[in-house]
Amino acid sequence: MQAQGTVFKYGDNVDTDVIIPARYLNSSDPAELATHCMEDIDKEFVHKFQKGDIIVANKNFGCGSSREHAPLAIKAAGASCVIAETFARIFYRNAINIGLPIIECPEAAKAIENSDKVKVDFDSGKIYDLTKNTEYQGQPFPPFMQKIIAAGGLVNYINEQ
Amino acid sequence: MGMTMTQKILAHAAGLDQVTAGQLIEAKLDLVLGNDITTPVAIDVMDGFKKQQVFDKDKIALVMDHFIPNKDIKSAEHCKQVREFSQKYDITNYFDVGQMGIEHALLPEKGLVVAGDVVIGADSHTCTYGALGAFSTGVGSTDMAAGMATGKAWFKVPSAIKVVLTGKKNKWISGKDVILHLIGEIGVDGALYKSLEFTGDGVADLSMDDRLTISNMAIEAGGKNGIFPVDEKTIAYMKEHSTKSWTVYEADPDAEYERTVTIDLSSLKSTVSFPHLPENTHTIDDCGDIRIDQSVIGSCTNGRIQDLREAAAVLKGRKVAKNIRCIIIPATQAIYLQALKEGLIETFIEAGAVVSTPTCGPCLGGYMGILAEGERCISTTNRNFVGRMGHVKSEVYLASPAVAAASAVTGKISSPAELGL
Repeated sequence: MQAQGTVFKYGDNVDTDVIIPARYLNSSDPAELATHCMEDIDKEFVHKFQKGDIIVANKNFGCGSSREHAPLAIKAAGASCVIAETFARIFYRNAINIGLPIIECPEAAKAIENSDKVKVDFDSGKIYDLTKNTEYQGQPFPPFMQKIIAAGGLVNYINEQ
Repeated sequence: MGMTMTQKILAHAAGLDQVTAGQLIEAKLDLVLGNDITTPVAIDVMDGFKKQQVFDKDKIALVMDHFIPNKDIKSAEHCKQVREFSQKYDITNYFDVGQMGIEHALLPEKGLVVAGDVVIGADSHTCTYGALGAFSTGVGSTDMAAGMATGKAWFKVPSAIKVVLTGKKNKWISGKDVILHLIGEIGVDGALYKSLEFTGDGVADLSMDDRLTISNMAIEAGGKNGIFPVDEKTIAYMKEHSTKSWTVYEADPDAEYERTVTIDLSSLKSTVSFPHLPENTHTIDDCGDIRIDQSVIGSCTNGRIQDLREAAAVLKGRKVAKNIRCIIIPATQAIYLQALKEGLIETFIEAGAVVSTPTCGPCLGGYMGILAEGERCISTTNRNFVGRMGHVKSEVYLASPAVAAASAVTGKISSPAELGL
């Protein structure tokens, strides 16, 4: 499985309140949530972000609330991957459970810049910055999580058991 | 090798003698929690399961608390969906308007969580129950759905930070000051993926309400859980509130910790977190002249009876400053009633504050106290992120109930000492 797209770069501690503000949590429709994705940190996001594009951020991405609406909004906005130095733990779980590909790689997260073209190979955990012609080794998922991802998320994983 | 308190609880729930940090386990759940925002998503997820069932109708708690009484039509639809689900599966612990309270104040009060339990909740502040010596942590709606269907969840066994509390707090210092100070020390990702295990002779100086506030904000340091040892106060609390049997776990003397942080409670001052991260802490003496527009006293962090008593002790015989809105939200119906009996509600209304039915409301910018552009609020809630309580250019300062009440009187961030208290 691979992802390739243009990078939208953010800093430390991107919280779930800016990913999807609570004023929109009266809806749980992913497509509707996507129209407000990242609104309070980047008003242009929803206009510029294309299907397949990639979010890159520094440490503690997705901190704050447990709202699954946050990864759902990012996935429905068309993101093919989120790369960060570290993820907040509930966001990390939620992303795996709903099938939003994420990868931890401090070196890539620091070096990759806004608008770079990036390719990610999930099988090897390799991240390629095609603009800078650089390559990074991301943290591969432990085998247990690979099983959930291979099943297409936690729902399918449980159904298969 | 020795285990931490958290590791011992998880080992037991997984049916194992020993676990180590980093190990992936599947644990049996004693309770699965959801609210009016996260449960609708979980119900939709459950529709995708082959087996349409809940694992135990007595071990699921569904609390309508974020946007209720329904703030708009969409919120009403969400609550209706959860209400119908609860009726379909005959969920014992479904709490709607009239019985509800803010979930993390309500569940301990109803005796639904006791020491040794393993609890997941689709709300990040589920870590609150660590105050009772339980393992509890926040998850998303898909995990909640899986938990409701199977009664199990997977966990990565966390490593831990040992937080040694010593000494006794000074007047007007509360659990909120302890946890804000700690977050200021270790940062908003200082405990990422880890347990915060509180210990030391200072624990005895903390009331159960203090401990619930401290465990509640473990997530604000990135923590998986924040847990206290079980002592006489915990046991007295459980005897008063619960009929469930409990199990006391203690960390092994040779348990491994990634680091140890020591806090001398007697050295703590009232602490305020400046926008836009809980780690931006200042002691009250270093706050400077910060005018406010609103003061909120409530939430799962600080809407308990001790919090209301402290606020009332400050507001008694005083007036909320002109042009300041002071909004006070008892966290549960029982707390509301207790405050009424003690005359606290009368004190609040005479001071010029408003008192609301239990709701998360303004904490997450839902309703009942939204901020306009450029406005500032001092709040006993738990997050001060950009746009958290309203306009993206509004600001939230986090503090204790005593400081929030004193600030409502002066119109600027103030300690009770400034009022001669």
